[in-house]
Amino acid sequence: MSTVETTLDTTSLRASQSGRRGDVVFRRLTLAAGSLVFVVLGAIAVFLVVKAVPSLRADTTSFWATKTWSASVGSASFGIAALVFGTVLTSVLALVMAVPVALGVAIYTTEYAPRRLSTLLGYLTDMLAAVPSIVYGLWGLYLLLPHLTGVQSFLAKYFGWIPLFNDPGGRAALFSKSIFGAAVVLAIMILPIVAAVSREVLRQVDPAQKEAALALGATRWEMVRLSVLPPSRSGIISATMLGLGRALGETIAVALVIGDAFSISWKVLPSGGNTIAANIANLFGDADSIGRSALIASGLVLFVLTLAVNLGARYIILRSGTEERSSAV
Amino acid sequence: MSAASTGDIGARGLRQASLPNWAVAATAIGATLLTLLLFAVTGFQGDADFLVVATLLVVVAVTAASWIVEGRRRAIDRIATNLTLVSLIITLLPLGYVIGYVVKRGHVRFGWGFLTGDASLGPSALGGGIGHAILGTLEQVLIATAFALPLGVLVAIFITEYGDNRMATAVRFLVDVMTGIPSIVAGLFVLAFWIIALNQGFSGFAASIALTIIELPIVVRTSEEMIRLVPMALREASYALGIPKWKTIIRVVLPAASTGITTGVMLAVARVIGETAPVLLVAGNNFFFNRNPFSGDQASLPVYIFQNAQSPSAFNVQRAWAAALTLILIVVVLYVAARLLTRRNQLAGR
Repeated sequence: MSTVETTLDTTSLRASQSGRRGDVVFRRLTLAAGSLVFVVLGAIAVFLVVKAVPSLRADTTSFWATKTWSASVGSASFGIAALVFGTVLTSVLALVMAVPVALGVAIYTTEYAPRRLSTLLGYLTDMLAAVPSIVYGLWGLYLLLPHLTGVQSFLAKYFGWIPLFNDPGGRAALFSKSIFGAAVVLAIMILPIVAAVSREVLRQVDPAQKEAALALGATRWEMVRLSVLPPSRSGIISATMLGLGRALGETIAVALVIGDAFSISWKVLPSGGNTIAANIANLFGDADSIGRSALIASGLVLFVLTLAVNLGARYIILRSGTEERSSAV
Repeated sequence: MSAASTGDIGARGLRQASLPNWAVAATAIGATLLTLLLFAVTGFQGDADFLVVATLLVVVAVTAASWIVEGRRRAIDRIATNLTLVSLIITLLPLGYVIGYVVKRGHVRFGWGFLTGDASLGPSALGGGIGHAILGTLEQVLIATAFALPLGVLVAIFITEYGDNRMATAVRFLVDVMTGIPSIVAGLFVLAFWIIALNQGFSGFAASIALTIIELPIVVRTSEEMIRLVPMALREASYALGIPKWKTIIRVVLPAASTGITTGVMLAVARVIGETAPVLLVAGNNFFFNRNPFSGDQASLPVYIFQNAQSPSAFNVQRAWAAALTLILIVVVLYVAARLLTRRNQLAGR
């Protein structure tokens, strides 16, 4: 009798011990995987800095103020002034075009559309976000840019008094790879992303708030304005920032539709413009060791820029105390 | 509605005048006809211009009718409804235009020979294909997923199951930060680390490293969400049977979340399969089949499109379109499959 008891005891003990050991091993395994995220991010920062240094040492002009890009062994005078300008201008223009529309889509899908239609619209916008950027670039280059000439001449003719659309040379009506074209392509690309995240944000509004507004006799739009938008404000801002981050880093689509020119000009309609990412894609093929190092240096600037935008978005979410995480991104 | 039954006077007094649906439709049709007339008589022309003017006129006409009959507040409500609807159309138009145009331009060269051939014929010949690029892309994405899937799930488990500490909060935050890294920066990192610092040559594997960095945070996020959806009762039942935590996670939690995780991985694959920038920097370029991803330049579908799109050769541009069609087909299949899988997912109760 006693022998049976002891065997039972030891087996169960052994089982729990191996279980505990398994727990420790497994926990450490997941911890290691988690730590790898630290390592990867750290490595990205370190290696970009280390490999950017040779070209920055060789650079004969100011990296921040120079507008031209001539980086190769023996002749290194390059700077990112024009690139940063073009990157920020295209992205901001894209945001200005995309965010109101995206917000409209999000409001329509959550507040106006019937439930079934709303699900379908969600799928469709997500699918738009899934179209590869190279396809947008190809489409933009061959279909959109030729069709934009009409819009460009319209803007130049009637809104030429705005410095942005000023077109003294009368070149706006011509086919052009311009900042404007790049901004339109970017806007189309970030629209579904901003719409998807805003949609999730609007969905989280407490239904009781909406019902209260409707019960007081508010029209649907008044309900949206009074009970849906105010609590969603920080979420919408962070959705915008995520879109901005995406636009800043977009490479291939922009590389295909931008003018690849090194100048700082507010006139967005005529041919011209360049961005950090597009410049990397366009110049990489012919770059030697210093050229590559210079491109890495510009990539580091882009990394810091997008990091700042993303941290800003997280900060806004954190401060508002509501956390929205959408799988759509 | 119930007010109507309680008393006629009250209902009459309370109900506002409202524009019936047929009146709205009639106004809209009238405005469209007016636009047609404008375009027939005056100097207006062009399909796009017609759409824009017609839309504007419809919105204005409906608003005006509503303002007169229903009053200011209802009119503003109608403006808002119409504008959100218009923005929806603006958003969905590109989807139709992009896919339609890619099919239109791409089907010309699309075919079995195109899918299986390589680019050895050069830019001036009609034949050739993208088999080498498809093979390269599949190998690169497969290797990247082989890294990102187990790693991502482990990180997600760390965050959700062992997540009551500062380290997990930090990891979660950094994964969010990682999501925001532009793909070209991931490519530059592999260039700086793998190719320049470690002095390795261009290869498909180098591209896989960059794609892993892009894929990892997506896998972590979706897995994390799915694991969180697994009911606590399942875990508790398992603990009550004396099963250790690690076994519970592997045998109970992960199987329950597996459909959702699969969906997430498919979406992540759909995302990276079209990534051009990082592959462009580190995989090199090859016109021929290179089955070995670990040595030598390897072609890939997105880079193939990028390089042929800007070519002065009309044949190359045609091939770029056909390749874009292939890429879209792959992405759409992955996407639809992922969605169908979501439907069968019992955890996603939306």
